Amino acid sequence: MDTKISFTLNGKARTITTDPDRSLLEVLREDLQLTGTKFGCGEGQCRACTVLLDGVSTPSCITSIGDVDKTEVVTIEGLANGDKLHPVQEAFVSEGAFQCGYCTAGMVLGVVGALKKNPKASETEVMAEMQRHICRCCSYEKYKTAIQRAMAQNGKAAA
Amino acid sequence: MKTIPPEIPQPDVEEINYDELVERVDYDFGLSRRSFVKVLGAGLLLAVSLPAIAQESGRRSRAGGARNLGARIHIGKDGVITVLTGKVEGGQGARAELSQAAAEELGVPLSSVRMLMADTGAVPDDGGTYGSMTTPRTVPPVRQGAAAARALLIEFAMQQWQVARETVQMRDGKIFDAAGKRSLTYADLANSDEAAQLLEQAIPADVKLTAVNEWKVLGAPALRPNARDIVTGAHKFPSDITRAGMLYGKILRAPSYGAKLISIDLAPAKAMKDVVVVQDDQFVGVAAPNSSLAETAMQKISDTAKWETVSHPSSKELFDYLKQNTEGGVPKNPFADELTGAKVVRKEYHIPYIQHAPLEPRAAVAEWSGDQLTVWTGSQNPFGVRGELAHAFHLPPENMRVVIPDFGGGFGGKHTGECAIEAARLAKAAGKPVSLRWTREEEFTWAYFRPAGVIEAEASLDAQGKIATWHFININSGAQAVDTPYTVGKRNCHYIASRPPLRHGSYRALASTANNFAREAFMDEVAAAAGADPLEFRLAHLENPRLRAVLEKAAKEFDWSTRVKKTDANLGVGLACGMEKGSFVAACAEVQLDRKANQIKVTRVCQAFECGKILNPANLLAQVQGGIVMGLGATLREEMQFEQGRITNASFRKYRVPRFDDLPELDVHLLDRPDLPSVGAGETPIIIIAPAVANAVFHATGKSVRALPVNLVAA
Repeated sequence: MDTKISFTLNGKARTITTDPDRSLLEVLREDLQLTGTKFGCGEGQCRACTVLLDGVSTPSCITSIGDVDKTEVVTIEGLANGDKLHPVQEAFVSEGAFQCGYCTAGMVLGVVGALKKNPKASETEVMAEMQRHICRCCSYEKYKTAIQRAMAQNGKAAA
Repeated sequence: MKTIPPEIPQPDVEEINYDELVERVDYDFGLSRRSFVKVLGAGLLLAVSLPAIAQESGRRSRAGGARNLGARIHIGKDGVITVLTGKVEGGQGARAELSQAAAEELGVPLSSVRMLMADTGAVPDDGGTYGSMTTPRTVPPVRQGAAAARALLIEFAMQQWQVARETVQMRDGKIFDAAGKRSLTYADLANSDEAAQLLEQAIPADVKLTAVNEWKVLGAPALRPNARDIVTGAHKFPSDITRAGMLYGKILRAPSYGAKLISIDLAPAKAMKDVVVVQDDQFVGVAAPNSSLAETAMQKISDTAKWETVSHPSSKELFDYLKQNTEGGVPKNPFADELTGAKVVRKEYHIPYIQHAPLEPRAAVAEWSGDQLTVWTGSQNPFGVRGELAHAFHLPPENMRVVIPDFGGGFGGKHTGECAIEAARLAKAAGKPVSLRWTREEEFTWAYFRPAGVIEAEASLDAQGKIATWHFININSGAQAVDTPYTVGKRNCHYIASRPPLRHGSYRALASTANNFAREAFMDEVAAAAGADPLEFRLAHLENPRLRAVLEKAAKEFDWSTRVKKTDANLGVGLACGMEKGSFVAACAEVQLDRKANQIKVTRVCQAFECGKILNPANLLAQVQGGIVMGLGATLREEMQFEQGRITNASFRKYRVPRFDDLPELDVHLLDRPDLPSVGAGETPIIIIAPAVANAVFHATGKSVRALPVNLVAA
């Protein structure tokens, strides 16, 4: 049965009426045309579909839209501040971290989520979170360097 | 394809017809003939014979390249320069590299060049993007086209100013006169009356190219031009393409390989509002305004489907099955008579099926306008997909436009157009655009696999400890690199076909991963029989100077001679080398074993790689690093398991690809050779990872490794 669901999406209030069992990923991509969030596996195993749900990095493919009611969702489209990229996005571009780029949106939000959870997180802690993400091009070395760069930036910003 | 002028020596790259390696799904939706689908489960069912596709497959020998300058380079009146190519970007770096090639010869900054890639309605057919061919085969014609455009601009300036060639100079994308006062740009050329006519001319084969020592853009690191759109989510991958009124599709899949649909009741789906249902013999699909509805509709009808199944070998009996089903039996060692009294080593190697598992599963959006079709899809072979569509719908290829947006990974796994055809069939029935995106399970089950293989190797040593005879037979997985690069007394190296139980096709470096694994693991066994160090034994049998150079470099940087002497029962080192697609690679690996947990941790990989003159060092490093780590997945864990025609590990939960914690310490050495032509590099770095790790396990345990993935219990 269709239900009315209200949430904040990339800073704006949204209300949609749909089947609450549909996945957040599907609604983002098909109803709201926010295709930056990717489908990779549909079972939370690869994290290409990562969004921030109340600041926590969350696989949107196994999150039903009904559960998003009254929460705050940030997708990759909502991360940059106008033309100014988020420092994690900036670091990923500077390091040429990705190859095909399909996992990138999820990777970016994974790092942002890890640093939101604990702004003083150690590299080991952040990498433990990132263990949930798959890059099939296996560009892990460059991603790791980019994450270190982003963390250094974050450290400067926090200081 | 244009003839390459003498300035660019042709690299020694073997000609391979990639399209013959890949089994296609033979969809046929002709109106007059009875429509059918040759269902997968290839080898057990039907040999695929597709003359129409072969003609339209866009394979290299048929790929025409650009017919004239205007077909390769478009100069806008606003000065924007667009380079047109049939190559695709799937993460391997073609977009950056071809931009560099054009910018270098045009004499403009990299940022001034736009690439229009893989839109069959607009670009020349440069052949498929595989076989590491973009660098040796497409960079040269792009350079030639760009150099021809620069020559036009120079000529244009000479005519405008009525001056001699030596008085004009190219600087910062402009032509200046001797005094440096007057200048002309590509925009001026484009706005001239003669422009259209000038661009109609053929690209002269003898156009002068910029010498390597004068390069400013090529040879320097270049980032992917659309990197910003990737990190903001703005880039539209094939699965992100949206069209007005678009529906989302779902295809009925057989419950097991080779199963035939006997009956199905479509009524439950037809009763659903806004749902389109189509059956065309074995092909059944639905399309609906969103994916959930499409899934629900498909579930309802698939519950009613009756199937006739066939028997199918399981992965447990795979290797016996392959051996028993060879074409004409397994050849015997022709040197058998010479083995008496000699030291002989004989081993058998097993290579499982694995899946490319690109992170973006196959996806396509199809839109008809009358009998004209446009499809956006992720494929390495745009003109090949166009041919498949034309074949399936009995329409001329000119009616089919295939657009390949930069897509989410291929690794040799996306040569075909089955998803495009399926989306097009649904769109035809719906009268609306349809987006079809395969699930991960579909990708793991219905995409083609890297071929499994059995390799039989037998070698004998002479009194000096040199290899006297070498017998090496690859069953099923392919001919690539089946021959040995080592100097041996007599050799007998062959590939023989079997009846593959799964649909197979290309993979990163083709059969080279299998043949290099077996050969290099076997070399360590033969070296052990000779009582020789693996490095010394290889060097004693190796003449190719480029292969020697990478092997010696990797061994030196890894400090092989010191590390190999260490005796820690849980620490091992191994090395391997090989060549492929004209490039050369060697790696040393260190492993740490946890015997109780049956775990192998690769702690360090030192690789030396050489592919001629390096065009984009940043991207090359990424390709090498990615190839190494992807290779670790196939070495340590990846293996398709199947039973009764079903894949039993069709998910990332069960089929475990590399993650961050698999990343070893990487020590990569790229050998730049400005004196040699550039060849591709996306494939070769992977070929020696499995044997280097296997040999390291052999070193630590004293038990040799003869199967992938490497299992400590078996070793």
